[in-house]
Amino acid sequence: MTAAAMPQGAGLHAGHDDRPWIRRYVFSTDHKTIGIQFLFLSLFFLLAGGLLAMVIRWQLGFPGTPVPGGSILPDAMAPGGVIRPSFYNALVTMHGTFMIFFAVMPLLTGVFANYLIPLKIGAPDMAFPRLNMWSFWLMIPAGTLALAGFFVEGGTAAAGWTAYAPLSNSPLYTGVSAGQVLWCLAIVIFGASSLLGSVNYVTTVINLRAPGMTWMRLPLSVWALFITAILALLAVPILAGAIIMLLFDQVLGTHFYLPTGGGQPLLWQHLFWFFGHPEVYILILPAMGLVSDVIANGSRKPVFGYPTMVAAIGGIAFLGFIVWGHHMFVSGMNPRLGTTFMASTMLIAVPTSIKVFNWLGTMWRGNIHFHVPMLNAIGFLSMFVIGGLSGIFMAATPVDMYIHDSYFIVAHIHYVLFGGSLFAAFAGIYYWFPKMFGRRMDERLGRIHFALTFVFYNLTFFPMHLLGLGGHMRRIYDPTQYPFLAPLQPINRFISVSAFLLLTSQLPFAFNFFRSLFRGERAEINPWRDNSLEWTLPSPPPHGNFAATPTVYRGPYEYSVPGEVEDFLPQDRPARAAAEAH
Amino acid sequence: MHWWFPANASSYGGDVDRIFYVILYITGAVFLLVEGGLLVFLVRYRRREGRTAAYVHGNNKAEIVWTTIPAVIVISLALLSQKVWSAVKDPAHFPKDAIPIGVHVKQFEWQITMPGPDGKLDTDDDIFRKNEMHLQVGRDYAVRLTSQDVIHSFFIPAFRLKQDAVPGMTITAWFRPTRTGEFDLACSQLCGTGHYRMEAKVYVHSAEDFARWQAAQAAGGVATPSAAAADTPRATGGMAMGHSGAMR
Repeated sequence: MTAAAMPQGAGLHAGHDDRPWIRRYVFSTDHKTIGIQFLFLSLFFLLAGGLLAMVIRWQLGFPGTPVPGGSILPDAMAPGGVIRPSFYNALVTMHGTFMIFFAVMPLLTGVFANYLIPLKIGAPDMAFPRLNMWSFWLMIPAGTLALAGFFVEGGTAAAGWTAYAPLSNSPLYTGVSAGQVLWCLAIVIFGASSLLGSVNYVTTVINLRAPGMTWMRLPLSVWALFITAILALLAVPILAGAIIMLLFDQVLGTHFYLPTGGGQPLLWQHLFWFFGHPEVYILILPAMGLVSDVIANGSRKPVFGYPTMVAAIGGIAFLGFIVWGHHMFVSGMNPRLGTTFMASTMLIAVPTSIKVFNWLGTMWRGNIHFHVPMLNAIGFLSMFVIGGLSGIFMAATPVDMYIHDSYFIVAHIHYVLFGGSLFAAFAGIYYWFPKMFGRRMDERLGRIHFALTFVFYNLTFFPMHLLGLGGHMRRIYDPTQYPFLAPLQPINRFISVSAFLLLTSQLPFAFNFFRSLFRGERAEINPWRDNSLEWTLPSPPPHGNFAATPTVYRGPYEYSVPGEVEDFLPQDRPARAAAEAH
Repeated sequence: MHWWFPANASSYGGDVDRIFYVILYITGAVFLLVEGGLLVFLVRYRRREGRTAAYVHGNNKAEIVWTTIPAVIVISLALLSQKVWSAVKDPAHFPKDAIPIGVHVKQFEWQITMPGPDGKLDTDDDIFRKNEMHLQVGRDYAVRLTSQDVIHSFFIPAFRLKQDAVPGMTITAWFRPTRTGEFDLACSQLCGTGHYRMEAKVYVHSAEDFARWQAAQAAGGVATPSAAAADTPRATGGMAMGHSGAMR
C-alpha cells in the first residue's frame, strides 16, 4: 500500500492559499489550474483546426469557387478567394497537426490527466508540480510556432501531418521551406511538453496514491491515463528523433531520408508510425477511461468485468507497439512483413471488443440516467464501434490495397478521433465542469448540442466511406479532375454542407461553456452522485486538494449496492460494519 | 449514379472484392448486434422511479465468449486475406512470363515505357508514353515502379491495385487486365502541389487492337507524345495551379 507522500517543497495546505495572482492563475504549479489552462488551449486549437476543415470542405464541395469571406486571404493562399492547390495541401497538413497534437491530445491527457489524476487517487498535487507547469508552458511556443507557419514566405508545412519524406525534406518538392522547419520545431517542443507531462502522470500514479487506493481500486480513467502516459513516454521520443533527423536533412544537408545520399525514405515511415500508431491509442485510451467512469455512473452499476477492462487497456497498449506496419502495406515494405502486421493488427479487435461488450454489460440491467455526459458517452460507444469495425477492412491487406490513402481511411480516423475521442472529451467536459469551475453547464443546451452534433457528425463522416469505396483519394485538391470521381461529387457537396452544420452545432456548446463559467447554477459537491474521491471535495477544490489525506475502502464503481440507502457508495466512506463498531 | 466500387477489371480484383464483402457482412452483423443491443438496453433499462440497478460485477463465462468469438473471426479473416495478399504482392508468386512495363514517376507525371513486339524492355522497339499505358487484355504485366523525386502511389481503381513508387527503390507490381476499355490511373500519395492532377489513362485493348496499336508505333506513328500534355493544367473553373516555378 502506498502512503500519500507530499511532493517535496510544495508546501501545500488545503484551503489556505497565499500565492500571488501570477502564481495562482498564470505560472501555476497547481495541477487543477494546469488542467484548466490545457482546456482553454485545446479548445482554441479545436476551433482553429475546425475552421481549417471548413475551408477544406469548401474546396472539395465547390472546387474552384471563391471561399465566402476568402478574399481577405493573401494571394499566395487564395487569389480572389479561390484556394490554391499549395494552400489546400497546407490546410490538410495543419488541420491534422492542430487536431492531433494541439487539440485532441492535450484535451484528453493535458486536461483530464492533469485535473483528475491527483484528485482521483487522493493526492495533494502531482509528483513534480514544476515539471507539470513546464509541460503546459512549452505548449505555448509549440503552438505559436505551428501557427506561425501561415505567416512565413512559402507558406506553412504542406507535406501532410504525416510529413512523409522526401516530400517534407526539401523546398524543391513543395515550395515550402521555413514553414516545414517551423512545423518540425513545433512538434519537437510539443514532444518535450508531452514527455514532461507523462513522466509526471506515471510517477504520481505509482507513488502518490492515498492509503487503501490499491491498483485494482483505481478508476478506469486513471488506469487509462496511466497506461497512456507510458505509451507517450515510449513513443514520443521516437517521433522527436525522427523529426530531428528530418530537420537535419532540411537545414544541415544530411541525407537520412534522401536516397541520393544513401538515405531511406521508408525509414521515416517506420519511425513515424512506430510513434504514430501508439499515438492513435494515446488519443483513444483516455477517452475509453473517461467513458467507463461516466457509463458506470449513468447506469448506476459497477463496471462490468473491471479486471478485464484493465487488462484490455494493457493489451491495446501492448499491441499498439507491434502494428505500425499496417500503415505501410502498400509502401514497398516487404509484403511478407505486411502479413505479420496484418495478424497483429487483427488481434487488436480482441481487447477492443472486450471493452465494447463490457460497456454494454455495464448498462445491462442498469437504471440509466440520460444526463448530458452520459449522452455523450453513449455517442462515443455507438460511434467508436463503427470506427473499430471499419478498421478491420484496412487490416485485411488485400482490401487495404484498394482503400489505402482513400476517403475510407479519412472516414475511419474521424470515427475514431471525433466519434470516439471527441465525444468522450465532451462527456468529460460536461461531467467535470462543475468540479472545475464550481458551476453547472446548462442541461438543455447540452442536450441540444449533443443531438445536433450526433446527427451532423454522422452526415459528415459516414458518406466518406462511400467516397472511399468509389476510389476517392485523400488529400486531393480537386476531385473533379478525375473522370472516375466525377459521379461522387454530389456526395462531396453533401458532406461539405453537413460539415458546415456540424461546426455550427458547436455554437450551443461554446455559448453554454462560456456562459456557465460566469452565470451557471452553483454546483454542489457531488452533482452526479459519484463515488470517486474528487466528489468529496468542494467545487472547485482548494489548492492542495484534501484537508486530510483520504483513506480508500473500496473500488470506484460501487453503485446500487444492496442494503445501502443511496445508490452509490463513495470510495472513502468506511464500511458500515466498521463504522458501527465505533 | 455510381456510388460504389468501379467495376472490377483485373484477375485478382474479384478476390479483393470478395474479402471486402465477407468483412462487410461480418462487421455489418456485429454492428447490428452491438447497436441494436445498445438501443434495447437504453430503452429497457432507462431510469425509472423505484428501480434499482442490478449489483453485478461481471460474468466470466460471458467475457470468455465475447473474447473468443472475435478472436476466431479475426484470425480467419487474416488467413483468408493472406492467400490473396501473397498472390498479389509476394514476388515469389508473380507470374513468370509477365510482360515488363517501366513506370517512372515524377512530379507530376507518369513516364511509361512499354515493350515493343519483342516483349522486352530496354530494346530499340520500346514504346514510350507520358500518362498513357496500353495493355492487351488477358496478359500478365509486371510494372517496375521507380520514382525520381518523392513518393507517389500507382493506383488503378478498376484493377484494385495500389503500390507506392519510392525514390531509391524499384518495386514491381503485377496485374492481368480482364476487360477491354479505358481506365483511370491516379496518384494516391500526397506528392506536392500538382498531386491532384496526376491523372493517366490505361487502355486495355483486345488482341487485334493491341497488335494494330503496336504496329502503328513501330511504324513511327505517334511514338512521342508532346511533353506539354502532362503539364497543361486541366482547370475546372477556377485557377489551376500554384507555385509551378518552384517545383520543376
